[in-house]
Amino acid sequence: MSPLAKLLEAALFAASRPLTLEELGSLEPESGEAALRAALTELRAAYGDDHGVELAEIAEGWQFLTRREYAEAIDRAQFALRPRRLSPAALETLAIIAYRQPVGRVEVDEIRGVDSGAVVDKLLERGLVEIVTRGEGLGRPLLYGTTAQFLEILGLKDLEELPRLEELSVALRPPTPAEEPE
Amino acid sequence: MTTPSPVMRDQSGFVIELEQFSGPLDLLLHLIHEEEVDITDLPISKIADQFLAVIGDLGLNQAADYLEMAARLLRIKAQMLLPRRLGDDEWEDPRAELVRRLLEYQQIRELVDWLARAAAVRAERFGRGYEAPPPDAPPAPLQIDLNDLLGAAERVIALIPEPMLHRVVPRPLDVEGATAKIHALLAERESFAWSDVVGPGATIVDVLSAFIALLELAKRGTLSLTQPEPFAPMVIRREPPREAA
Repeated sequence: MSPLAKLLEAALFAASRPLTLEELGSLEPESGEAALRAALTELRAAYGDDHGVELAEIAEGWQFLTRREYAEAIDRAQFALRPRRLSPAALETLAIIAYRQPVGRVEVDEIRGVDSGAVVDKLLERGLVEIVTRGEGLGRPLLYGTTAQFLEILGLKDLEELPRLEELSVALRPPTPAEEPE
Repeated sequence: MTTPSPVMRDQSGFVIELEQFSGPLDLLLHLIHEEEVDITDLPISKIADQFLAVIGDLGLNQAADYLEMAARLLRIKAQMLLPRRLGDDEWEDPRAELVRRLLEYQQIRELVDWLARAAAVRAERFGRGYEAPPPDAPPAPLQIDLNDLLGAAERVIALIPEPMLHRVVPRPLDVEGATAKIHALLAERESFAWSDVVGPGATIVDVLSAFIALLELAKRGTLSLTQPEPFAPMVIRREPPREAA
C-alpha cells in the first residue's frame, strides 16, 4: 500500500466514528483531494474479501466496520452489542423530518395525526435530529433536520441514498377529483 | 411493550391492540386493509362505525387524537349524506382531505419499513469505539425479615441522645439585697453609673433585681434616673430627701 493509504488506515483504525474526507485531509494537508480519494480506493481494495472488516462509506465519511456475517457471533459473545431498535413512532418522525427538513413540529404532528413532542425530544437527545433554524411566522417555530448520526445508524452515505418518493408504491397524488358516490 | 394494553377482537377475529398503533391514522389504515376497501373511494360510513367501535371498546389513553379523528369521520359521514344535484360540478368530495392524509401517512409507513430495514442491516456491522455493556443491574432488593428490621430500628434509636428537656428552676429575685446595695452607694456618692450597681460578672438575676430596685427607688423619689442621650449609660443620682407627705 502507498504511504498515504497506510496513514489513512491508521487514522481510521484509531477513530471510533466515521471520518469525513475533510478530516482525513487534515492528516497530510499537502496531499490533494484526488490523492486522498485514490488512497481510500486503494485501502478499500486492500480490505477486500480477505478481511473480517471492511472500509465503509457512511455518514458522509469513512469508517472500518465488521462484516455483516460476523454480527451473530460477536453479538452472542457480547463483545459488542447491537443498538436498540427504534420504535415505530420514532421511525415515523424520523422519516418525516428526513424528507421534509427543515420541518417544524406542527407539520410532523399533522402528518402523523398525533402529538410528537415527546418523540422529537427523544430523537434530539439521541442526536438523530437537531434544530437547524427557526421558521417564519407565528412564534418563529423551531425547525428540525437530520444529523450525521442519523445517517450513521442507517448506514447511509448521505441523504441521497434515501428512497425517492416516486419509487414508493404509494405515490402521493394530489387530492382525487370528485367522484360519484356509490 | 411491558404494560398490558387493552385487547379486543374485531369482527374478522383479528386481535386489535390500540397500543400497537402509532395513532388514529395507523388504526384507520389497518381497518381499511382489513376490509380490503379502496382507499380512494372510502366507504366512510362503514369505516367510521368500525373506528368508533374499536376506540369505544378500548381504554382511551390517547383519547384526544383518536376522538378528533372520530369526530372528523362523523362529519364526513354526515356530509356524504347531504343530497346533491346530479351533475353538480361544484361538489367537493368531503373525503378528499382525509384520503390525502391517509395516502401521505401510508407513504410514511412505507418509508418507516425502509428505514427499519436499513437500521437493522447497519446494526449488523460493528465499528470500533466499543462501548462497554451497561453496568450490572443494581443489587437485588434488600432481603430482610421483621426481626432484622426491629433490631435495626433499635440500634438507630439507641444512638439518639437523651431528649433535652428544659428544666425550669425558680430563681427568686433579690430585690431587697439590691435595694440595700443601692442605698449604700447613695450614701457614699451623689451620683453613680449602672455598672456600679451591677458589677462585672453579674447574673441575669442580679441584673433584674437591680433594675427592679432602681425603678422602685426612683418611684419613691429616693433617686433619679437620667440618660444624657439615647443609648448613653444611665446616670443614677441621689434626690434630695423630700418631706414626707
